[in-house]
Order: sequence, then C-alpha cells, then structure tokens
Amino acid sequence: MTGLFLRDVRLSIAAGGGAFVALLFFLAIVAIIPFGVGPDLKLLGEIGPAVLWIGALLSGLLGLDRLFALDREDGSLDLFLMAAGRQPLVLTVFTKCLAHFAGIVLPLVLAAPLLGLLLNMTPLSIGATVLTLLVGAPAISFVGAVGAAVTVALPRGGLLVAILVLPLLIPVLIFGVAAANGAVRDPDPFLAPFLILAALTLFFAVIGPVAAAYALLVETHPIADNAADPYEEDGWFEHSDTVGQEK
Amino acid sequence: MSHFAYIAVAYGGSALALAGLALWLVSDMRARRRELDHLHDAGHRRRSDRQETLREAK
Amino acid sequence: MNENTATAKPSFITRLANPSRFIGLADRLIPWLTGIGLILTAIGLVGGWLAPEDYQQGATVRIMYLHVPFAWLAMMIYGVMTLAALGTLVWRHPIADISLKAAAPIGAVFTLLSLFTGSVWGKPMWGTWWVWDARLTSMFVLFLIYLGLIALTRATPEPGQAARAAAIVTLVGALNLPIIKFSVDWWNTLHQPASVFRAGGPTIDWSMLWPLLVAAIGFTILFSALHLTAMRTEIWRRRVHTMRRLAAQRADRTMGGTA
Repeated sequence: MTGLFLRDVRLSIAAGGGAFVALLFFLAIVAIIPFGVGPDLKLLGEIGPAVLWIGALLSGLLGLDRLFALDREDGSLDLFLMAAGRQPLVLTVFTKCLAHFAGIVLPLVLAAPLLGLLLNMTPLSIGATVLTLLVGAPAISFVGAVGAAVTVALPRGGLLVAILVLPLLIPVLIFGVAAANGAVRDPDPFLAPFLILAALTLFFAVIGPVAAAYALLVETHPIADNAADPYEEDGWFEHSDTVGQEK
Repeated sequence: MSHFAYIAVAYGGSALALAGLALWLVSDMRARRRELDHLHDAGHRRRSDRQETLREAK
Repeated sequence: MNENTATAKPSFITRLANPSRFIGLADRLIPWLTGIGLILTAIGLVGGWLAPEDYQQGATVRIMYLHVPFAWLAMMIYGVMTLAALGTLVWRHPIADISLKAAAPIGAVFTLLSLFTGSVWGKPMWGTWWVWDARLTSMFVLFLIYLGLIALTRATPEPGQAARAAAIVTLVGALNLPIIKFSVDWWNTLHQPASVFRAGGPTIDWSMLWPLLVAAIGFTILFSALHLTAMRTEIWRRRVHTMRRLAAQRADRTMGGTA
C-alpha cells in the first residue's frame, strides 16, 4: 500500500506528471480573475476564498482521467484486479485517491496562500481558506475517482469526467466557501459548515472508492460478461424475422 | 408584458418542447425500423442462420 | 413505470428480460398510454383554466398546472433511472440498462421544462427571469446530472457499452441528490432569502388541486408512453448493431474461405 502510494505520488510529481500542469492551471485561473472582474482590491479580497476554491476544484479535476487510464495502459490495473484476493480493490483505489490528493491536490492547497496574496486576502481569510481546502479537497480525489473509473474504458473520457464530477462536488464547494467566509465575516458561522465539510469528505471517502472499485471491476470485464448476457442468447435476434411483416 | 403573455409563453414553450421530444423519438424509431427492414431484406435474419452464408445470399 | 409493476412480480420481470416479449408488450401498451395520457392531461389543464384564479398571483397561477407536474416528473424519472440502475447492477436485467439510457433524455427535457416554466412564472412574480432560489438551483443541478448521464450513455459507438458505468453514476447521483438539496437549501438561507414562491400557497383549494393531480397523472402516463417508445427504439438499435457486426463477420469468413 505504501509502495503504491509512493509510486503514484512520484509519478504525478515527476516530469510529465499532472502536478505541475495542475499548478499552472490553478495559477492561470486565479490570474485571469482580476481581468474579468476588475482590479478592485476590496472586491477581490471578498471573493478570494471562492476564487481559490473554484480554481482548486477545476485544477484538481484536470488530470483525473489519467488516474486509472495510465494503470490500464501499462497493465498494472490488471495486477490490482488479480491481487484483489490479497488486497481488496477498494483499498487499492482508496490508496490511489490518497496519492492523487497528495500528488496533485496538495500542491494546489500549498500554493493557495501565495495566490491569496495576489487576491488581496487577509491572513485570517487565507488561513481559513487553506484549512477548509485541506479538509474539503480530498473529496475532489474521492469523487473524481468514480468519474475516472467509470470512463476508464471510454475514448475521450477526459472532459466527461469533469462534467460528471462537478455537479456532485457542489455541496463540497458550498460548505468549503461558506466555512472560509464564516471565519472572516462576522455574523456567518464557521464551525457548522466546517464540520459539515468534514462530514462530506468522510462520506465521499467511503462512497467514492467503493463505487470506483466496483466500476473498475465491471468495466474491465465487459467481454466475459457479454458472453453470458441474455442479449446474445435469445435477445436481439429472436423474432427479428417477423419485423419486416409488421409494417 | 401582460400576465396572459407569460402564460402563453409557458404553455407554448412546453408544448413545443414536448412535441419536439416526441418527434425526435418517433423519427429515431422510424429510422431504426427502416434499418432493420433493410437488413431483413438483405437476408440477415436469425443468429442460427449464421453458418448458412451462401444460401442466404440469394 | 414497468419497474414498479415488475418488482411486485418477479416472474413478470424475468419474462420481460426477453426483448421480443418486451417489444410485444410495448407495442400493445404504447397506443393506450398515449391516448389516456393525452386525455388526462387535457382534462387536467382545462380544469386548471376553469379553476378560480389565485388572489395573490392572479392568472399566472395557470403556469402551476405545468410547472408542478414537470417538477414531479423530473424527480420521478430520476427515481425510475435509479431503479433501472439497480436492475442493471444487481439483477443484470437486460431491459434495465435500456430503460436507463432511454429515460435520460426524456428526464432532461422535463427538468428543463420545469426550469423554463418556473422561470416564466417567476418573471412577473420576482421581476427577473432567474433567481438562485433553492428549488430552482437544485433542479438546475439535477439537470446538469441528467446531461452528464446523457453524455456518458452516448460516449461509445457500441450501444450499451457504458451501461454499467451509467448505472454506477446514476446510483452515486441518487445518493448525492439529498446532500445537494440540503446544501443548496443551506446556501440559500445563508445568502439573501429570495422570495420563494410556494406552489399555490401552503394550503391549496380542492378546485385547484384536482386539475393539478389529474394533469400530473396525465403527464406521468405520457412519460411512460415516451419511455416505452424510446426503449423499443433502443432495442432495435442494438439488434441492428448486432446484426451488422455478425454480417461483417460472415463476410469476413467468406472472404477468408475463397482466398
């Protein structure tokens, strides 16, 4: 498990891995915001937590389609599936999610304070945003794993992952930004949304790997399953010789 | 804009969208049906006929 | 619809696994469902026009007779798809996967229509076409999930290849929808509480309720007719696909034989 974790983290940080590109994308998103909304420092400071959260979310999704596709190409996915007796596939997927978080999302979280300075955020606001990102951003990896596993066998899965995953991450975004804002704005609560955010991450830490492991299991055995499918047996062919007479 | 106009827009838009959906489904159905008929005319019938290739070529 | 009746009788559901039998049933049911659905919808909508106007909302309350059934269908169709997803994953029922794929675009249209009618209803009430009201927002997220599922079920040239993927995403979405609803409600109360309209107010008079119920039932039956039609088409599409593949294999073999 540790070996797999280290391998994945090393792969994402190494040249050609996703970490650097995701970081650049995050920087690019934050950099274009002032050109869109104007260089009003007060406004930028106010929307800063939201911008950092949305930027981290989108950048985290960037390399997700490679999460299992790379393993599928080099054959290690088959090894995971064969080793399922010794190490449950759910655990393998969970490890890979953690590695995705550590290798791709964590650098984004660590870069967030610097970008926060660009957005004129107060130290308290930056601290709160980083804290909420640390607690909430693992959910990106866990939910993203479902999208990555489901599209692993599809051509052009990349954008599809983002389309499938983003709506499911809306609650995380809502509570992450709400908690970050709650720490700064006075009447708004901090603890309640923060705890809900933590609960969401834990919930997705269970749902995500289970669904992703199941998807990998059924997606990689389509041919073996089809043989036993009732489609092929009586299915699509029975009665097809009467079709022409009905019109 | 009068209230009636809003109601007309709501009902008209819904009717259009549902009619469009029904039309799409029916045209899709017709197209698939035609494909099946073509295949049938070409002699592709049942799975069990698979080996009897030459006879089907008629 | 068929899932509901099918779960009650396991033998019936098993017999429906045969696509030809399913097509036979659909052939018989579709004209009846279309007719009854159209009649009930017409009765409900005309009844709605004859019902008294709401003293607060005036004539625009007529939009309710469309909006509420559409919103109900948007959620019910997702329920049907969730059942179908379970049917695909748990029972490997071959029709379940077809049901899910066929329902997704219909569900998306009804969700879009509920957003559209809500927006047109909201314009005279709120003064703008769109408010990030909790209900509209949740519906909007549901619409996005529908679109994602449509994209997923149609992402491969082979029909049905993404069946299990779509079933898994549908189930994860079903688990997520209550959370999304909860968080959107929470988010909405945190920001300025928009003037939320309630369908006809907290208590709704019988003269307005019965047309609403009849219209809702009528639209639901119309949906089942559309759904069965789409499912039958999908079965045909897969037959065509299988036959073409077999024909290609056959041609391949003859070529190999003569060469």
